[in-house]
Amino acid sequence: MKFEIFVTLKKEVLDPQGKAVEGAIQNLGLSSISNIRQGKYFTLEVNEAEESKATQQAEEACKKLLANLTIEEYSIKKLS
Amino acid sequence: MKASVIVFPGSNCDRDVQVALKKFQIDTTMVWHQETTLPKTDLVVLPGGFSYGDYLRCGSMASKSKVMNEVIKHAEDGGYVFGICNGFQILTESGLLPGALLRNNKLKFICKNVFIKTTNNQTAFTKKISENKILSIPIAHNEGNYFASKEEIQSLKDNNQIIFQYCDEEGNISGESNPNGSFLNIAGISNQNKNVLGMMPHPERSIDQLLGGVDGQGIFQSLL
Repeated sequence: MKFEIFVTLKKEVLDPQGKAVEGAIQNLGLSSISNIRQGKYFTLEVNEAEESKATQQAEEACKKLLANLTIEEYSIKKLS
Repeated sequence: MKASVIVFPGSNCDRDVQVALKKFQIDTTMVWHQETTLPKTDLVVLPGGFSYGDYLRCGSMASKSKVMNEVIKHAEDGGYVFGICNGFQILTESGLLPGALLRNNKLKFICKNVFIKTTNNQTAFTKKISENKILSIPIAHNEGNYFASKEEIQSLKDNNQIIFQYCDEEGNISGESNPNGSFLNIAGISNQNKNVLGMMPHPERSIDQLLGGVDGQGIFQSLL
């Protein structure tokens, strides 16, 4: 089973990289674009037949390594 | 006093801290990160560097390495653990210290001498340093911007876990003397039991006049 995972900084955590990217976007003249936040994207495969078990393992990977829950949050989506 | 310095792939201050520990006659063993046991040790040092090339998040992969299970047990049993720079990042990632170290607020790698105030000298790591003593110690990091939730910050304050804070030469703790955007100018914190210390500045680079200063000596002397 294949999953995609997004890891993003919590909204209360400052994102200086996102801010810098936003500055560069403004320089391009795209002045309607704002509030850029940068994050991480993962895809992974879990070798489990049952969806609940597979999702549980993906969740565990997020909680224990892929995201740092002090500063980040994650979302998981099943691809196939 | 016996110390173990953990060596991760990408550690680069491991030898420096070994030299510093030996200078104070601390019997030091280097321990590779894949070991599943620690030698008999009083102090575990997690050195500075770029473990795993800073992949994913600084210190995140190192915090899951085999030897860290033993380091966590050592800390839970009251043993001393000292993380410097990348070592501090590994300690927050492993959960031994609260909070996280974010990218510096100005997005630049900072390598310079800074002043830090010894906010708490009642720990095993700082007991030979006088209260509020201002130390000049180098920093060299890209992710040293200390962040923690409001509750965690309150708990750090309530339990006197803030050990070092960035300041100016006179000891003023202000925005101007904050190099990286850290909450409350935090440069180093301990756990509640005060047996685990993490700090971004590098005391091991400040133990000999030949290296430009000796203000880092107090920490090693305290541990004796």
